[in-house]
Amino acid sequence: MSDPQAPVKLRQRILNWFHHHPQAKAWSLVLPGGLWLLVFFLAPVLVMFSYSLKERGIYGGVEDGFTVEHYLRFMDRLYLKILWRTVVDATVCTAICLLLGYPTAYVITRGGRLKGLLLFLVILPFWTSFLVRTFAMIFLMRDTGFINTLLLKLGLVTEPIVMLYTPFAVMTGLVYGFLPFMVLPIYSSLEKLDHSLLEAAEVLGARSTRRFLRVTLPLSMPGVVAGCLLVFIPALGSFLTSDLLGGAKEILVGNVVQAQFTSARNWPFGSAASFVLMALVLGAVMIYLRVRDGAEQPAER
Amino acid sequence: MNHLKLPYWIMALVTGVYLFLHLPIIALIAFSFNDSKFSTEWTGFTLHWYERLLERQDILDGLKSSIIVGLSATVISTVLGTLMALALARHVFRGRRLVEAFLYVPIVTPEIVVGISLLILFVAMGVPLGLHSVVIAHVAFNVSFVVVVVLARLQGMDRNLEEAAMILGADELTTFWRITVPQLWPGIISGAMLAFTMSFDDYVITSFVTGTGSSTLPVVVYTMVRKNIEPSINAISTVVLVATTVLVIVAERLGRDKPLVADKD
Repeated sequence: MSDPQAPVKLRQRILNWFHHHPQAKAWSLVLPGGLWLLVFFLAPVLVMFSYSLKERGIYGGVEDGFTVEHYLRFMDRLYLKILWRTVVDATVCTAICLLLGYPTAYVITRGGRLKGLLLFLVILPFWTSFLVRTFAMIFLMRDTGFINTLLLKLGLVTEPIVMLYTPFAVMTGLVYGFLPFMVLPIYSSLEKLDHSLLEAAEVLGARSTRRFLRVTLPLSMPGVVAGCLLVFIPALGSFLTSDLLGGAKEILVGNVVQAQFTSARNWPFGSAASFVLMALVLGAVMIYLRVRDGAEQPAER
Repeated sequence: MNHLKLPYWIMALVTGVYLFLHLPIIALIAFSFNDSKFSTEWTGFTLHWYERLLERQDILDGLKSSIIVGLSATVISTVLGTLMALALARHVFRGRRLVEAFLYVPIVTPEIVVGISLLILFVAMGVPLGLHSVVIAHVAFNVSFVVVVVLARLQGMDRNLEEAAMILGADELTTFWRITVPQLWPGIISGAMLAFTMSFDDYVITSFVTGTGSSTLPVVVYTMVRKNIEPSINAISTVVLVATTVLVIVAERLGRDKPLVADKD
């Protein structure tokens, strides 16, 4: 016969112990997830870094040794061009998303009864499979696709316009994929905007354009900056879009990484390419933190 | 849109944006019912492509793998992420800032880097690839997102109920299960929802860490997209779209209808 009180006492003792050791309590909450990230996120990245400094194995994998040649290879014209294209594509994509996304977010906040629906229609693609959405682009743009079939039937063109496997297709795919990431943060910062400030500006005689430029726009800057980061980072690291919509013509750093681990079997170079990509992302985050701290101060006053 | 007149060009631009966001998907869905194999010309209504899906063992297996992986990864990452969020919201501890900073790294790391680095680790350690390696990878990239979502909820949470429970004699664990968890529920559900969708949708990371015979649905769909252009892809895409939409709506309901949640947002 066991003492029915025993488990209760044990539980009480454990709770008491944690109560008197708050550090241990906090760390016991952090550790399970923290360990998972250490072992399955940080450790792999570190192993990858060590691989980027090793010699290439013949059948994939690596050989022992130390070299920085894989990083130096990025100084080749070919790879500098790919790097440049990646940064330019990501920048152009962010700019287009901003030009389309800001007015969209603005209209949603002014949406009245339609607001909920308009917002839902922006959130929906955000939850929709990226792969399916990329396929939708192929379906529209290929030679026998929706757009060309329509144009041919209407007699507007005599032969299909080549859209798929062009830089245009990749850019359209990137914008299509990441536009919601721009709209949502801008929307939430416009939504928080204090309308009494706009009224004050109106009372003081500022016209609508001026009100927008001097009040609305500066106050929504945190959303704009966050949106730009949320678009720019995945655009930098994208490889699925250029892989499926760009064919072999529009190669980005992400495609270089992927190729080294599949067809080219050059793991050290692929690892080095990954770290070049990480460096670009880190650079973007640093710029973001700089700009955010600069932009948020006037908004908080 | 009645209390403020917006210039016509803005309305036109935004209408264009909405069409751009939704027309491709609508066309994709419509043509999953088209009775023509090669052309994108409407030749009649059919459910043939959906019947074809049921005949394809790889799709059914992929769906099964996706559900197993999605559910396992969601449960694990939601539990781990919620615990971490609790620590960050409620405790001041040594190394806290480091943990916070570290949590953001997986969010900004390109998927392809996450996938390949894990592949390297698995190969180096001789871990066989399969569903388990996919689950491990998915949890690794989901945890941070769950933490962010749950943390946002925790920060807006009223702690009076917890204190009341403790004063009335409930111990910490009872208070946690009876008060904190129900109050936090919408946040936990949103976090889990995000985790499941990301896991269910992921192609890039999965493609690297999956073994033969453990392909998830996106991996199968990718192969289909690569290989041919028959309308079965439209059909499977439609199924995936409908499933995610239903899931989003159900999760929204689940996250909302908890009577205990009486805070002011």
